Amino acid sequence: MFSETTYVQQVDNAMIFITAVSAVLLIVITALMIYFVIRYNRKRHPIAVQIEGNTKLEIAWTVIPIIIVMVMFWYGYIGYDTIMNPPADAYKIQVTGKMWVWEFNYPNGIKSDTLFVPYGKPIQCDLKSLDVNHSFYIPALRFKKDVMANRPTKVWFQPEKVGSYDIACAEYCGLNHWNMYTKLVVMPQADYDKWYAAELELQKPTVATTATAEPTK
Amino acid sequence: MSNSTFNSATDVSYLEYQGKHKGLAGWLLSVDHKRIALLYLFSVLSFFLVGLTFGFLMRLELIAPGRTIMDPQTYNSFFTLHGIIMIFLFVVPGLPAIFGNFFLPLVLGAPDVAFPRLNLLSWYLYIIGGAVALISVFLPGGPVDTGWTFYVPYSVRTNTNVIPAMVGAFILGFSSIVTGLNFVVTIHRMRAKGMTFFRMPLFSWSLYATSWIQVLATPIIGITLIMVIFERVFKVGIFDPTLGGDPVLYQHLFWIYSHPAVYIMILPAMGVISEIIPVFSRKTIFGYKFIAFSSLGIAFFGSLVWAHHMFTSGMSTTASIIFSLLTFLVAIPSAVKVFNWVATLYKGSISLEPPMLYALAFIFLFSIGGFTGLIQGALSVDLHIHDTSFIVAHFHYVMFGGTGFGIFAGLHYWFPKMFGRKYNLKVATGAFWALFVGFNLLYFPMFIMGWLGMPRRYYDYLPEFTIYHQISTYGSWILVTAVLVMFGNFLSAIRKGEKTSEPNTWGGTTLEWETTTPPPLLNFKEAPVVTGEPYHYGDAAESAGKEAK
Ligand SMILES: [Cu+2]
Ligand SMILES: [Cu+2]
Repeated sequence: MFSETTYVQQVDNAMIFITAVSAVLLIVITALMIYFVIRYNRKRHPIAVQIEGNTKLEIAWTVIPIIIVMVMFWYGYIGYDTIMNPPADAYKIQVTGKMWVWEFNYPNGIKSDTLFVPYGKPIQCDLKSLDVNHSFYIPALRFKKDVMANRPTKVWFQPEKVGSYDIACAEYCGLNHWNMYTKLVVMPQADYDKWYAAELELQKPTVATTATAEPTK
Repeated sequence: MSNSTFNSATDVSYLEYQGKHKGLAGWLLSVDHKRIALLYLFSVLSFFLVGLTFGFLMRLELIAPGRTIMDPQTYNSFFTLHGIIMIFLFVVPGLPAIFGNFFLPLVLGAPDVAFPRLNLLSWYLYIIGGAVALISVFLPGGPVDTGWTFYVPYSVRTNTNVIPAMVGAFILGFSSIVTGLNFVVTIHRMRAKGMTFFRMPLFSWSLYATSWIQVLATPIIGITLIMVIFERVFKVGIFDPTLGGDPVLYQHLFWIYSHPAVYIMILPAMGVISEIIPVFSRKTIFGYKFIAFSSLGIAFFGSLVWAHHMFTSGMSTTASIIFSLLTFLVAIPSAVKVFNWVATLYKGSISLEPPMLYALAFIFLFSIGGFTGLIQGALSVDLHIHDTSFIVAHFHYVMFGGTGFGIFAGLHYWFPKMFGRKYNLKVATGAFWALFVGFNLLYFPMFIMGWLGMPRRYYDYLPEFTIYHQISTYGSWILVTAVLVMFGNFLSAIRKGEKTSEPNTWGGTTLEWETTTPPPLLNFKEAPVVTGEPYHYGDAAESAGKEAK
């Protein structure tokens, strides 16, 4: 529905819009206060003019802000709608949080402690915790999602650039919460395929045992 | 005594009045709302200084990356204790228990609150609750390290002293409920003759709205904390997933109280500001009824927005949309108040004594807190800045820039009436400006850091955040100095400040300024009769005009 802009742009647009409107209003409020304090200083203006109120004015400054905040709400909703609806063809990676590390499991059975993804594909992360609540946070991609033991959550993104980005834990989870950092590494598809195959080779023994152990369960 | 024309209950100040008990017992067993208010004043501000110390030490730790003065476990306990103390022992009880207690009966023209003994009980509950909460620091196991939000499952699993902290918060909740109940009944039953609801000063309106939230919302947190304690002790499985519970249920129950609690904290401060602005502008308040009803509007809508703390929790899209919409709407009554205060300044006759400076700073800082609240109310933006230092900055602008400055405004405004002494205006003004600068240096960089991705409750940080953390720590030094100067100024005024018996220090029009300074035990010599609206400056301005001619 809003596919012309990426999720990151949608978040930034909402932020810029709300901040800009707020800044203008804050400046107006502050400037008026300062102006009134100087202009109607007791020395200059010893006798106050009594004004009980002005119903029209008060209705105006009740109704106009309602309209403004509804527009703000809409801006925030646009990005939310994007991130809540992962495309059906997204590449799925299982993300597990536990005190105080992240583990990533890929479709072919390999796992890593850094999140490697191919460039150009939508990626869906399925999130699960093995202990307390965590929150899977990638600041560069403008999202976080809580990670819980009993409720599977998910989040998706489409990397816009090859590169490496911080992943943090944003929900307080105890002693080393501050150090639950890892990286998201976005690689060109060819590099990713090479890594993916090599990793499978390296992790073969473990992958094979888990693969054979699975059906007997 | 009734034969004599001299009656110590109406002629002698409450500070000098000799009742049944003497000395310290005359304070600790007094049921006079004014003495209880002073008990609260000293205990609340003492706890504030303890909380301030924890905050100061945390900022010191964060001045540079890596370990500076403490290990991560200590840091985690410090931010937890800082939160528990500041929320439950300073910001929530601050205005209602100190100034509500002292001035609600006075502005209503009543001799006391409706239930003076319950009032004293609430102070004892407050002290016991505070002591139980803080005793966890000294027990084996170590101080609680869950954050003031006590999120399950962590709070069920950590080995630190969670239970004493929760029991403390539970008891403090009862103190709050008792105060709220007392004020609701006082406002309904104890108003002076002629004082209709719409002749009440706006401070009473704000306390009225606050008290209802205290009575209705606080039991929920009490029950929730008890359930967590049960979970820890008996492994019942309400919230912890390994026991079959649901942590999101905990978050709902926690915020059903704790969001309305934000309004328990801010509404009375708005009330204080609504008193101060007219007095120092010599002008009637602009839109009395809009301000009065906006308090009730905030109390009502504020009870329906709690899940905006949970947009990242995987709650359904429908729920998120509804809570985001309501969050934006709850901003409206607050905005209305801000506009009305600014409009009150228009064509006033303004003088900038310390209470007014604090009131104007409140409007500025609270507006920043409110606007940044809108930023977080936007669903997609919240997914980015939730649980970052942006949020920390936001709620310090609201809770400290708002309520904290409201408490300081009230203190500077009512101090001469409470103690019959004058404080040094120059020192107070200097401390104000230092506090204002220190405050913004301390908290504003957190907005920027948060937007750049600095999560909250972090013992350490990535090198790119260093500069913001440094500025913030420098700000904390200025802020702490300013607070100490302000408190020092008050303490020296209490001990050796110039005495004053001037009933009306600032030219206020509400009833507390009509009685003697400091007020007598029964508040008024004769029960006051009210014939008009509060903030009636018309005649005063005319007579001032005549004098000028
Ligand atoms: Cu964490
Ligand atoms: Cu809230």
